[in-house]
Amino acid sequence: MLPRSFQYFAPASVEEAADLLREHAGDVKILAGGMSLIPLMKLRLASPGYLVDINRVKGLDYIKESDDGKSLQIGSLTRHHALESSPLVGKRAPLLSEAAASIGDPQVRNRGTIGGALAHSDPSGDWGATILAMRGVIKVQGPSGERSISIDDFLVDTFATALKEDEVITEVSVPIPPETGSGSAYMKLERKAGDFATVGVAVQLTLEERGDGVYCTYAGIGLAALGAKNLRAGKAEGCLTNMKLTKDTIAEASSAAERECSPSDDPLRGSAKYKREMAGLFTRRAVELAAARAQGRGGRGSR
Amino acid sequence: MTTGSPRLAVKVRVNGKESAKEVEPRLLLVHFLREELGLTGTHVGCDTSNCGACTILLDGKSVKSCTMFAVQADGREVTTIEGMQGADGELHPIQKAFWENHGLQCGYCTPGMVMQAAWLLRENPNPSEKEIRLGISGNLCRCTGYQNIVKSIEEAAKAMRSDGKSGR
Repeated sequence: MLPRSFQYFAPASVEEAADLLREHAGDVKILAGGMSLIPLMKLRLASPGYLVDINRVKGLDYIKESDDGKSLQIGSLTRHHALESSPLVGKRAPLLSEAAASIGDPQVRNRGTIGGALAHSDPSGDWGATILAMRGVIKVQGPSGERSISIDDFLVDTFATALKEDEVITEVSVPIPPETGSGSAYMKLERKAGDFATVGVAVQLTLEERGDGVYCTYAGIGLAALGAKNLRAGKAEGCLTNMKLTKDTIAEASSAAERECSPSDDPLRGSAKYKREMAGLFTRRAVELAAARAQGRGGRGSR
Repeated sequence: MTTGSPRLAVKVRVNGKESAKEVEPRLLLVHFLREELGLTGTHVGCDTSNCGACTILLDGKSVKSCTMFAVQADGREVTTIEGMQGADGELHPIQKAFWENHGLQCGYCTPGMVMQAAWLLRENPNPSEKEIRLGISGNLCRCTGYQNIVKSIEEAAKAMRSDGKSGR
């Protein structure tokens, strides 16, 4: 299968890329890892006349801590595998490592990028849910300069984001959870290895011991494949934030997630009713696992 | 939509040998390897980035060559199954392990499996069975049931560890 013909550009800088995007507006796509775009082009579901390949742009592939140590900054061209295997990510934001490892298959992770996946805004994508749970920020650059967009504002709809046609994502940054009391989990239900999520739930928690029990001081819950885009389970978060963490509050949070998501029937991965039930179940399991990790149990993903 | 896009010059180092061609931007890397360079060891299986039969190494990392344009490989280093055997024609330890452990039946998926195993063993020279299974989760085999493929990769890992070879 060959895509339709297109003209190919491989600019060396973000500025040059943004200029090309503006010049060919309406008929142009950015090529990053290509793991979604190239299959769409081969199936001729997308046939841009111009491709701007940003793989040769320098300075978009990095993972580092901000100068103040408060956030983890990830260049948009960072491959999923780099996030999966980075010791810094594993230590500071293990939710990202766990989510990265669940994407596609190893070859896809060697090529696919975090910026490309977010820009694609596939409702079944894993990164949107994960960045929602961590309340991350997307930094973009266009002809009129840089701006930062919260992940909630960035994800607009199915395959639609707040990115303007002449803007390029340059960075994704997430707040680093506190060193003590933080735990996370990304849980994904798949039909088979490498499949898109049937449902995916990302949970980031911070817990605090008080005299009468364990309280949740931060709760972030992002959902994948449970609506027109990756969703924040805001009501579920509300059931946990500043509440005592008990079996009951966790049950309330999971039934809130079950109610607030909006999955659709799909012939491959199950009915909306089934997915809704799985949203509740996976929210409960992911909150329990994140809580266990926050309390130093349950292995990988403390923080 | 544009028609008749100009051909672009591409220079790729494939299995240690520099190749320069002019190609249409839409030419996929797998077709470049097979049709422009005659390296038909890299197979087209599903053509939808599921099956992994077209797996090659790009600058040492395993990728599916049906989901990349040849122009993207300009200036880069590609290794295909043809580049695995030694100069003396001796099989690479991974190929030898597939041979000795009956790691293939029809052989269609084998080049992709071997290339993926090469990347996997470079990343992790001593993988557990589970790590091997996860490592080849992007490669489909419809004959073997995977048992002997996993065994072949385990044996290749052992052989490569004992002669201090981490793959080419």
